[in-house]
Amino acid sequence: MTVQEWTYLIVGATFALYIVIAIRSRASSTSDFYVAGKGVSPVANGMATAADWMSAASFISMAGIISFVGYDGSVYLMGWTGGYVLLALLLAPYLRKFGKFTIPDFIGDRYYSQFARIVAVVCAIFVSFTYVAGQMRGVGVVFSRFLEISVESGVMIGMGVVFLYAVLGGMKGITYTQVAQFCVLIFAYMVPAIFLSLMMADNVIPQLGFGGASESGTYLLDKLDSLHEELGFASYTGGSKSTIDVFCITAALMLGTAGLPHVIIRFYTVPNVRDARSSVGWALVFIALLYTTAPAIAVFARTNLIDTVSNHEYATMPEWFKKWEETGLIAFEDRNGDGLIQYLGDAEKNELTINRDIMVLANPEIARLPNWVIALVAAGGLAAALSTAAGLLLVVSTAISHDLLKRSIRPNISEKGELLAARISAAVAVVVAGYLGINPPGFVAQVVAFAFGLAASSFFPAIVLGIFSKRMNSAGAISGMIAGITFTASYIVYFKYVNPTATKDDWWFGISPEGIGTLGMALNFAVALTIARFTPPPPPHVQELVTNIRNPHGAGPAHEIEV
Amino acid sequence: MGSSSSADRYWRANLKLLAILLAIWFTVSFGFGILLRDTLDTIRIPGTGFKLGFWFAQQGSILSFVVLVFVYAKLMNRLDDSIEDESDESESRP
Repeated sequence: MTVQEWTYLIVGATFALYIVIAIRSRASSTSDFYVAGKGVSPVANGMATAADWMSAASFISMAGIISFVGYDGSVYLMGWTGGYVLLALLLAPYLRKFGKFTIPDFIGDRYYSQFARIVAVVCAIFVSFTYVAGQMRGVGVVFSRFLEISVESGVMIGMGVVFLYAVLGGMKGITYTQVAQFCVLIFAYMVPAIFLSLMMADNVIPQLGFGGASESGTYLLDKLDSLHEELGFASYTGGSKSTIDVFCITAALMLGTAGLPHVIIRFYTVPNVRDARSSVGWALVFIALLYTTAPAIAVFARTNLIDTVSNHEYATMPEWFKKWEETGLIAFEDRNGDGLIQYLGDAEKNELTINRDIMVLANPEIARLPNWVIALVAAGGLAAALSTAAGLLLVVSTAISHDLLKRSIRPNISEKGELLAARISAAVAVVVAGYLGINPPGFVAQVVAFAFGLAASSFFPAIVLGIFSKRMNSAGAISGMIAGITFTASYIVYFKYVNPTATKDDWWFGISPEGIGTLGMALNFAVALTIARFTPPPPPHVQELVTNIRNPHGAGPAHEIEV
Repeated sequence: MGSSSSADRYWRANLKLLAILLAIWFTVSFGFGILLRDTLDTIRIPGTGFKLGFWFAQQGSILSFVVLVFVYAKLMNRLDDSIEDESDESESRP
């Protein structure tokens, strides 16, 4: 069978599976819609969280980025897993005990302020939309390459599927669908990695394989370092970013992860505080499986790519090269007219440009793996993109129907009305996300990275202080959030839009806009603690609320606890 | 809820555990993977091509994170059991 036939078969089968699961577990109450009736086991919840978390960016782009920048790519590996430690230790059990549905609920109640709640709602909607647009775009790219249809049609198909299970199913549909999606995506990620590891390092475990040696006896990493040196790229295991920048970007990604609304809401879906703790652990196990494989794929893909193209005749390039060239994601320009491909670090002499996003998708083809593996990777990429899109849409619809409508504008809305509002806002969100996917605002990829900085500098300190400091009051928390997010946003806007020609020398302390969220977070903490010192302590009922959150016992279903 | 002194003891024990685990979290990632990387890169994991600092940045830190979260869950659950609470039974039902 051809790659295309296999793709139709595997993608079709997985989609049918997701839809069947969604229909079988249709939501009937608002609690089901938001948090799956709180009856999901920690392992299933961990898988769903992992699928929710690992987006098209993790699945498609991350290994590609690492394979081009080597050590520098570690910021994503550590940043997007280390955040889970903070989540597990500092946030998840307490927020589960608190027991309301959303982050704006926590911020609003803990800081006894409608204003704080609305600031949090706006942040949550902004972060989620930024993400979801990127996911829809990812769906479009995968469809267009493998089914040979336009990106627009790909996005349309994706919208239809997300709409079906997010809007009809709610969180329960999503949770079980995401479990299925996790299985599809991790299988699709591991199979080519294991194939490659066997081929290149004779080791069945990719995590060990990329530290192994090729047939000639040289270690793969050493071979790659010397290839990089020969061709004039920065050392693979050395990287080119400064230590302080690596430090700050990693920290911003970690703290941002811990503050992301669509991840935090997951820990309301487990039955009790104990399960919330182990649920984060299971999520991290499933995430770590992919994240420790990614650097291995990066090394295999990079070595294969250089071996295949560097100093070879353009005319003899295999079929995948021509196919990706048609999409414009690979471009070759024979500058010195010798018919050979010069792939070099020196921009003046380099003749080949490769889009980093194609590495994972093209990898099985470059390594000449069987057609069904290539199709499987397409299904995995779609699973990753769709599961994240659905989770984010849920956050958007919850923010609108619950935080804005029920808690702020019309407190006496009936449960039926709220459910209807949640479904309508999910439907509207799908359409808007699809529109953004078809007409990307051009800076989606950048904004996705910045969204972490913004989440780190706004949500993270407010939530942590809300739990660990009884003295923190609304004046402190609100001024901290505003100071942190304003500082971070201004720095990003200045360097990316106002003065885009500014160089590394203009950065404060050598910190890039991607890493500035770390400083913003520090500023938030400093401002919040200072202001809180000079303003009255929070009222007694709020201090009692904090005492109650710290006690792990007696966490009930959320809608039954009224503090 | 138990008496306030037992709640205070519980909270202090919790904070101590957090401090220890977060110190390890910081050391394996920011320490070994970033700040001390150049020094550690002079050492290789025997029998592999991994330089130690590079390995911590791309593998070791992630594996440590997984262990940390499970250790935390286990120790906290044990700590929870040590404080008496009659409502414990009712919470296991969804």
